[in-house]
Amino acid sequence: MTSYVGTGFPKVIEDKNVGWVLIKAQKVTGGVSSVDFEDGTNSVVIDGTYDEYMFVLTNLHPASNDEGIAFQVNASGESGYNEVINSTFFRAKHGESGASHQSVDYVDSYDQGGGGTSHQRLCNDVGNEDEESVSGTFYLYAPADGMKVKHFISRMVECHSSDIIMDNYAAGFINTYKPIDEIKFLFTSGNIDSGTISMFGLVKS
Amino acid sequence: MSYVGKQPRENITGIIALESQTASGTGSITFDGMDGTYIAYEFHFINLHPATDHVDFTFQVNGVDLSGFDETITSSYVEAYLREDDGNQALTYRDSKDQGQGVAYQPLTRETSNDGDSGVSGILTLYDPSSTLYKHFAATTNDMQNQDSYDAYARSSFIAGYIETTTPIDEIDFKFSSGNIDTGTIKMYGIKTGSLTEVS
Repeated sequence: MTSYVGTGFPKVIEDKNVGWVLIKAQKVTGGVSSVDFEDGTNSVVIDGTYDEYMFVLTNLHPASNDEGIAFQVNASGESGYNEVINSTFFRAKHGESGASHQSVDYVDSYDQGGGGTSHQRLCNDVGNEDEESVSGTFYLYAPADGMKVKHFISRMVECHSSDIIMDNYAAGFINTYKPIDEIKFLFTSGNIDSGTISMFGLVKS
Repeated sequence: MSYVGKQPRENITGIIALESQTASGTGSITFDGMDGTYIAYEFHFINLHPATDHVDFTFQVNGVDLSGFDETITSSYVEAYLREDDGNQALTYRDSKDQGQGVAYQPLTRETSNDGDSGVSGILTLYDPSSTLYKHFAATTNDMQNQDSYDAYARSSFIAGYIETTTPIDEIDFKFSSGNIDTGTIKMYGIKTGSLTEVS
């Protein structure tokens, strides 16, 4: 077996400005209703500088029991976080107590169609016991494209309030031609008690 | 802040290449030293070839100052597959490979073939292993299963779960359920944020 540490492969960021670069990381230290990333505010960039944006959510803990993490966006010049979303949602699950809740299912109550403008769920119902939370990765593609809808893909792993692992997949598009320049993450009800959301941009090659 | 030439490594953020290990008849591949420097770690599997036929590629972790790769895992396991002759395909939950508060090595594939052209590739993400909350993980793998009486299957597996310990995790171990890792590489990356803006 051969191994090496720290150098060489592949050339990520060390030698030139390529790959994923940090734009903004926000750590919740007290209850907040949402975590927002707005172009031009607090060093956040959501424009054509990057082809793709990645949000890494780690250990988001809800103040209220049985709440899902969700997102919405604003198109440039708009307000209200109520853009039209078309989405799909499916999940795998398994209970802590042996052979229970073992399935993979499409959840039609968590998708959006027909002009839905709700906050898009990214997971089911996270528990708010001390050790429970949700983590995962959310991708937003080419939000500055003025000719196409804006695609997103999300995978979130949660500790459900009933002691169930849920592996949640949400994907879809934001049905607007306008550039997107604001995004927020929040629980379906109640505050975000703690956790971190880190925003990265994929440098154009 | 600006730099002439390379930034100091401690100031680099993004997805950082940390370590690469290439197997050559290796029993297991272990990475240690995980800590709070990174908010998440990615492990990229590249053509891991088992010495033994019909074995699962698996992982377990170890808490700081603990011994034995035997932390408690609750997990889900889904696979999609298609036989090469187009004769059988499905998306299904595989309840023989999940765990409910189990301490076994967690399968990331099922009955992988050791045919010469077979192997395992994919990515495992481990979120914030230094946390004192449960640790989440999510993996996607691709492999090939070759049953004697049928054509081979192409298979994608989707595994996720959490490690039920409030002790930080600093070690992770990968191996096949039986036999050596003949060949292949695992690359370890850290997702680094640097400074955090606190919001409350």
